[in-house]
Amino acid sequence: MSTQKNFEEPSYLEYKGKYKGIFSWILSTDHKRIAILYLFSLLTFFATGATLGLLMKLELIAPGKTIMTAQTYNAFFTLHGIIMIFAVVIPGLPAVFGNFLLPIMIGAKDVAFPRLNLLSWYFYVTGVTLVLISQFTGQGPPDTGWTFYAPYSFRTTGNMLPAVFGAFVLGFSSILTGLNFLVTIHRMRAPGMTWLKMPLFPWTLYATGWVQLLATPIIGITLLMIIAERTLHIGFFDPTLGGDPLLYQHLFWTYSHPAVYIMILPAMGAISEIIPTFCHKTIFGYNFIVASSIAIAFVGYFIWGHHMFTSGMSGTAQYVFSLLTFIVAIPSAIKVFNWIATMHKASIDLQTPFYWAVGFLFVFMIGGFSGLILGSLATDIHLHNTHFVVAHFHFIVFGGTGFAFFGAMHYWFPKITGKMYDSRWANTGLIIFFSGFITLYGEMFFLGMKGMPRRYYDYDEIFHTGNIFSSLGAVVMYFGLAVIIINLISSLRNGAKAPSDPWGGKTLEWTIPSPPPVENFEEIPVITKGPYNYK
Amino acid sequence: MSTILVTHRDDLASKTGMWLFLFTEMLLFGGLFIVYSVYRYRNPVAFHLAARELSVFIGTINTIILLISSTTIAMSITAIQKNNKKLALLLLGITVILGLAFLVNKYFEWGEHIKEHIYPGSSILALRGHGDVLFYGLYFFMTGLHALHIIIGLVFILVIATSILRDKINSENYVLLENSGLYWHLVDLIWIFLFPLFYLIT
Repeated sequence: MSTQKNFEEPSYLEYKGKYKGIFSWILSTDHKRIAILYLFSLLTFFATGATLGLLMKLELIAPGKTIMTAQTYNAFFTLHGIIMIFAVVIPGLPAVFGNFLLPIMIGAKDVAFPRLNLLSWYFYVTGVTLVLISQFTGQGPPDTGWTFYAPYSFRTTGNMLPAVFGAFVLGFSSILTGLNFLVTIHRMRAPGMTWLKMPLFPWTLYATGWVQLLATPIIGITLLMIIAERTLHIGFFDPTLGGDPLLYQHLFWTYSHPAVYIMILPAMGAISEIIPTFCHKTIFGYNFIVASSIAIAFVGYFIWGHHMFTSGMSGTAQYVFSLLTFIVAIPSAIKVFNWIATMHKASIDLQTPFYWAVGFLFVFMIGGFSGLILGSLATDIHLHNTHFVVAHFHFIVFGGTGFAFFGAMHYWFPKITGKMYDSRWANTGLIIFFSGFITLYGEMFFLGMKGMPRRYYDYDEIFHTGNIFSSLGAVVMYFGLAVIIINLISSLRNGAKAPSDPWGGKTLEWTIPSPPPVENFEEIPVITKGPYNYK
Repeated sequence: MSTILVTHRDDLASKTGMWLFLFTEMLLFGGLFIVYSVYRYRNPVAFHLAARELSVFIGTINTIILLISSTTIAMSITAIQKNNKKLALLLLGITVILGLAFLVNKYFEWGEHIKEHIYPGSSILALRGHGDVLFYGLYFFMTGLHALHIIIGLVFILVIATSILRDKINSENYVLLENSGLYWHLVDLIWIFLFPLFYLIT
């Protein structure tokens, strides 16, 4: 597999196509260039969201008003939520690493619809722009939280329309990416790559594609209904006109719960690639990982009600949603056992991506177990709308998806850029980031159990000590992020040239040069063996 | 597989993509069907009485119009397969005219309601109670969204017609025509559900 031929074709970074300068990027239909577009826009939005988060934590460092008013705080957590959910973690791994690697990993030259792929990026940027416009126009920024709960979302004077419509456009972008990947996987696998010879990252993208396709239209129509409610006063969710606000919550979570699987499934896929590579060993229980991905995508549709245990539901519905919530934990646990079993008796090569993968396992398990506490009815009544929920959510979504994203970034950085990074600085950044992360969010579990509510800019004196720890953790984590990103950027300039297979990986992307040539493969490979063939 | 990659054309992939997209459209309206069911269940009498005020006659005419237009677009695909460019264009023209006729009917129907001060946000409608407000709210929103889809479909068909004129779509390569046909059938199909929900269940 390590045969590196001398390609005459230029790499995708050198080949510019018909256009020059920036146009060679923003008009390119090459899946690799589109992935880089996503990477840069996504990191920009991530930096924006993270800065908002840091400012919120600084506000919470002491009770009372510290650096911002209550209304500013409301606007900040709303914008932080919209950007981080719709513009960072939902597109996250699929749009960046999926776009770059899916065609290469299945032995194709591009995705099925390259122009549609570029259009998705434009939808993405338009959506975020609309959300940002809402901050600076009209009568003040949105202050509903990212959930746009009715009836407040059409009663507030905040500038909701651009924000809600922006989220709608972002949904469109997500649907089109999912659709593109599904067709690509169905139609463009290399000869001989049967379904069960496909690597696991494409497999999780496949499961994610279905969730994107089947769940996103529901939020689309729900957001349109909110827009109609605000502009035309139709009464869908307005109790004064006979509507039912609870119905809004049901429709919203019908999408937004499956959406957390859009976030976590590709993350699990990336981890499933990193672990066998650094263990130099076939992944344990390939079939189980595939089946559990599909199972998560499937069961994930039927558990939205656990967001609404305190909203008012029949007892039967509560029991059923609670039971199903426990059931969805099983396929995730199967994956964790598989990853750990892969490490068993392996000669592990301790490199930065592997540390990220182990970090992922640690925080993902804490996030997962705290999810069970929230999924059981009695404890949820106590913990609902406290900082415990915030902690759980950030352990899963920032801990799970975020760790996997940075792991993937360090894993595929040599392939994408053709440069190696300084692993000493990368590891230092990871350690700082990790300690900040645990201090910031770990503390929130205790604050939540003591009863500190979420979404308040102020709190009682008894929560002060915990909040000081948590806010200091935020500063440390922010610093760690800076170290990680600055290290990667400076490696672009100073890094050593990357070989085609720096880690000893066995999937197809490691058989072509780094950075990959424009057409990916000189000749489409014929697949005869499974993806993690180490012996 | 390699030939597909050389020519960069895969009709089956395009059609698969279109089918998946239609799936999302169905779910988009599916959300509204759920909302409709919930409120119909809660306000059975008001929905029953309000539905009687809609003109079953115009609704039936519009249903027939859309069904015929679906036939003509399907026939235009067969015409292009047989390399009969003129007939294909003629049939697409008929489809567009039928689509416009549907919208004209809708315009008069809506106009009639608005003249009677029945529209979302109207204070006269509000006096009639929650059931009527919700029924007409859903009626305007769902038929409005459907009409928007008709307009999008018409634009697609016009773009396709110009491609046929310029021989970009021909008997060898007509997947785009097939895809817009699929889209048009979906718009038709959604109407087939809207028609009984608003006009017939009384």
